[in-house]
Amino acid sequence: MERYSIFSLARNAISHHRGWQRAWRSPDPQKTYDVVIIGGGGHGLATAYYLARECDAGRVAVLEKGWLGGGNTGRNTTIVRSNYLWDESAGIYEHAMKLWEKLSADLNYNVMFSQRGLLHLAHSVHDMQEIGRRGSAIYLNGIDSEFLTPGQVREMVPFINLDCRYPVMGALLQRRGGTARHDAVAWGYARAADNLGVDIIQNCEVTGFRIEDNTVTGIETTRGLIGARKVGCVVAGHCSQLAELAGFRLPIESFPLQALVSEPVKPVLDCVVMSGSVHAYISQSDKGELVIGAGSDGYNSYSQRGGFDIIEETVGPVIELYPVFSRLKMLRHWAGIVDVTVDRSPIISRTPVKNLFFNCGWGTGGFKATPGSGHVFAHSIARGEMHPIAEPFSINRFNTGALIDEGAAAAVAH
Amino acid sequence: MLIITCPWCGQRDQSEFTAHGEAHVARPEHPEQLTESQWGDYVFFRSNPKGVHHERWVHTHGCRRWFNVVRDTVTDHIFATYRPGERKPEIKG
Repeated sequence: MERYSIFSLARNAISHHRGWQRAWRSPDPQKTYDVVIIGGGGHGLATAYYLARECDAGRVAVLEKGWLGGGNTGRNTTIVRSNYLWDESAGIYEHAMKLWEKLSADLNYNVMFSQRGLLHLAHSVHDMQEIGRRGSAIYLNGIDSEFLTPGQVREMVPFINLDCRYPVMGALLQRRGGTARHDAVAWGYARAADNLGVDIIQNCEVTGFRIEDNTVTGIETTRGLIGARKVGCVVAGHCSQLAELAGFRLPIESFPLQALVSEPVKPVLDCVVMSGSVHAYISQSDKGELVIGAGSDGYNSYSQRGGFDIIEETVGPVIELYPVFSRLKMLRHWAGIVDVTVDRSPIISRTPVKNLFFNCGWGTGGFKATPGSGHVFAHSIARGEMHPIAEPFSINRFNTGALIDEGAAAAVAH
Repeated sequence: MLIITCPWCGQRDQSEFTAHGEAHVARPEHPEQLTESQWGDYVFFRSNPKGVHHERWVHTHGCRRWFNVVRDTVTDHIFATYRPGERKPEIKG
């Protein structure tokens, strides 16, 4: 692998950037692998990378039905934070945050991770109590968490309209929160995994599982049968379909979640501001576009387009809070299919089929967990027993009642 | 925005309605005899199909009555709506 550095950049500039190597190979599938990961998004590629780097997992392949990062990895609003209420969530999201903080150096790929600070606004007494409880819980878990007065919010966002329909009464700040470039995360993990010998196979859709004695032995795909000793399934949005192919059901329903971006403007907003109760959720990308996260539709759908009423409900509060944005034009709008569990926490688990593992149900907020999710999932698959951080996220919790209820912290109204 | 035919009120905008998930999930006859595992299956596990979905809706800002909808979850096309207790229409996806 050609190392990326200021020197390689200068060297390639001399040859007019015609000499760059391909970032990863495009191999044909082998007959069998030790581990096959289904899903070439951020979580799947991260899993493959940590399997190859830390787990001595043998031959590893990633199967992707479309192109790398073309699912929810390319459709999210790129926010990274770890300020969740429950200990289990703090465990996995903070694990991810620590990996984010050194990820660019680790992968030799600039994922443009920017810890620009992330605000949760509170607009009511109830909101203040919620951020009070959650902020203190986060602080006790050793994660940075600060309360801001409306005046302090104005110092960070000078043009905010604090005295609006639902006045801003305070905010919770995570200074280590911020954004990362979503495509770069998929590409960085893909390049690093490929360099460690992982076969990344695109345009390869899974059509069935070979299961013998309740143990997975292979995967039927549009590119033929691929044998596998272990299989990890990391498909956002379509996990229920893959579970059905393997013969079981999941406690998940799928919904479209929308986002939109404005025309690019000069730097105006240098932090992330989320407001769960009025649903205005906004940041500015390095290209200058305002990135606005909308809500999810209220009914199951795989349509990858959401209802227009949801956009209206999102843009209304944005303009109320930031009148300065009222004349911006929106450039693009899209939806991704999110697989939502009843407790808004993910499933990282063994399944009723032996050697088949699932990592799914990240709902409306999986991007931030990408490195941590991949890391603990890789170790769980390699060892055959769940990593301690992943253990509470077992699918069994829906039958035992040990739910991890993150409804309030999901920041997006469901 | 979907246009939904309420079996009592006729065609209305989707914003008048609220969706409540999969229909025809029968409540167990003897809940007290269920194990935790069976109870969890009933409460939380759903088929979540990509295609024809039978689902419950309520006309929240209208007659406030419940009914069932058969909808394709890929195209959002609504095949039929029907009242609770009526026969489930046969739809081929």
